[in-house]
Amino acid sequence: MADIDIRAVHKSYGKTKTLHGVDLSFASGEFVVILGPSGCGKSTLLRMIAGLEEITAGEIAINGRIVNTLEPRERGCAMVFQNYALYPHMTVAGNIGYALKVAGVPKAERDRRIEETAKIVGLSDYLTRRPAALSGGQRQRVAMARAIIREPKVFLFDEPLSNLDAKLRVTMRAEIRKLHQRLSATSVFVTHDQVEAMTLADKLVVMNKGHVEQVGQPLDIYHRPASVFVASFIGSPAMNLFETRVETGAATVRFGGAQVPIDGALAAQLRGKDIIVGIRPEQCVVVQPGNGVSAKVDFVEELGSGRVVHAEIDGQPFAAVIGEEMRVRPGDRISLELPPSQLHVFDRDSGRRIEFEAVPRAPQNAAEAPVLAIVE
Amino acid sequence: MDKRAVFKSWWLPILFALPQIALILLFFYWPAVAVMRWAFTLEPPFGGAAEFVGWANFQDVFADPFYWNSVGVSLIFAFCGTASTIVVGLVLALAVDRQLPGSGLFRFLYILPYAIAGPAAGMAFRFILSPERGLMASVNAVFPDFWNPAKYGSHALVLVIVIFAWKWAGYTFIFLLAGLQSVPRALTEAAAMDGAGPIRRAVDIQIPMLAPTLFFLLVIMMTEGFVGADTFGIVHHTTGGGPNHGTEVMVFRIVDEAFKGLNYSGASAQSIVLIGLIMVFTFIQFRFIEKRVHYK
Repeated sequence: MADIDIRAVHKSYGKTKTLHGVDLSFASGEFVVILGPSGCGKSTLLRMIAGLEEITAGEIAINGRIVNTLEPRERGCAMVFQNYALYPHMTVAGNIGYALKVAGVPKAERDRRIEETAKIVGLSDYLTRRPAALSGGQRQRVAMARAIIREPKVFLFDEPLSNLDAKLRVTMRAEIRKLHQRLSATSVFVTHDQVEAMTLADKLVVMNKGHVEQVGQPLDIYHRPASVFVASFIGSPAMNLFETRVETGAATVRFGGAQVPIDGALAAQLRGKDIIVGIRPEQCVVVQPGNGVSAKVDFVEELGSGRVVHAEIDGQPFAAVIGEEMRVRPGDRISLELPPSQLHVFDRDSGRRIEFEAVPRAPQNAAEAPVLAIVE
Repeated sequence: MDKRAVFKSWWLPILFALPQIALILLFFYWPAVAVMRWAFTLEPPFGGAAEFVGWANFQDVFADPFYWNSVGVSLIFAFCGTASTIVVGLVLALAVDRQLPGSGLFRFLYILPYAIAGPAAGMAFRFILSPERGLMASVNAVFPDFWNPAKYGSHALVLVIVIFAWKWAGYTFIFLLAGLQSVPRALTEAAAMDGAGPIRRAVDIQIPMLAPTLFFLLVIMMTEGFVGADTFGIVHHTTGGGPNHGTEVMVFRIVDEAFKGLNYSGASAQSIVLIGLIMVFTFIQFRFIEKRVHYK
């Protein structure tokens, strides 16, 4: 159990800067997921916590102790690598017990603990095999056992599930979560997969281009993305975003030849301002033709539980999730209503979310929400 | 899918291969056959046809105590030379593989000796390690004859092995560095996370992963030590086989017998024994050591 404090951490390789001042703090026993596209610096940050990467500026403290200059072995972290990094010339038992061997734990105790740990991850029957004779999932378990046996204060996971097939990934995700509940060590999990991130995290950190975009609980981030980047990165299918301007005369924005109503209080703050408006595909409502925004259907994706309509509005792609009972074919025109309460508004220059303060949200009733003039 | 190109005419492929075939016949099979012939015949000293003598040349060779001395010297030279080139190359490769600042320069410097001809290195080391003027002269001033390759055969043997290792460590270094760089970085990082320091990581992770490279170098360097051109060149230019046959390796003795003693028959017999010896060693290496090498 340990808390981790990351203060103004920078990383540069020569002239290339990859991290531009990251401030984060993780509480003891928390499951933190760092999510971001490749190249955003999330793995670098993890490796800096582990001690595999030098810290250019700033400091990292584990349990209040600054670890900047400590060797990896002195930090009390264990790490699960993306390609498992199993020692190919050692047996499963040798792999799991290597840390204890290095630490000089006597053979009898070592064997006992190897067996205990192997039991936890369900590898008891495979102890004498070499990694080459294991399946992907089993290798993953060896990598986890190797981390568990050290009883670390901090668990670090560097995209550990990205090499597994989809089904195994779901299973291992559940196992990692269970393991965390059982060991309750602070865990930091790096991934680019938003489903992994949403399902595993107590605390979610979204990173982009070496900056932290947003920190919070997964649902908070989903419902109130702090920036255009987070809005587009989290959620599948991705949030629809369009650039527009708040009308000076009415609480509406122009979109697809129609006037889309937005929250009155928000509109009052933003008269005449350039903004980006976002709405999740599952929040769009199909209405009778002649109402809402008209869209031309490009193609339809079946999900089983519903379908995603990929349409075009103003020449821009726009997605909406519709119920299975609706029949839509490519080339059809449908009318979509965008409920004002479901709209996310971002500043066009900074890309940051614009919240309207002190005014409660309008009642969420799609039927009553004003539907605007349509030009077809 | 079969991607081989098929020639329609029979003479064209032979024409393409002809230069190579001619070279092999001229420089390999012809001398080999000549050696076989000489080994079992004796040239009359005042001319005339060679006379078949059966195993007599071999009996002469085996009865000669200086021959057995050269076998012993060759064994020591090959074993110590191989061991020191591989150990030195490995230590240098491990150091350069850490990619500390300046490692690019050192990589260049460590490979450089391999580009220098063995005899030239031998000449240089005659001065560098000369007992009267070289690096060891100050030690000799305090302890007379502590280092004197001109007087003691054992010192001279150490000298030629040092020169051999100095040159060939650059060769093993290239292979071992390439081998180390193909070890996934995540493995050494995982070992670092498991608490292993640099030396422990080298012993437990990197060296086992280098097993195929080490085995390859063992076979190559043993052969080089027994029959390599440098083995002759270094001995010839540094000690001339002396003092008192102390550095007379088998290849040196063969050349000496053949071209100074003009005893082609005896030299040919020795060549055939040497080839047999190398085959035995290579067989032993593949039979007993390769089993312990994991290629994956």
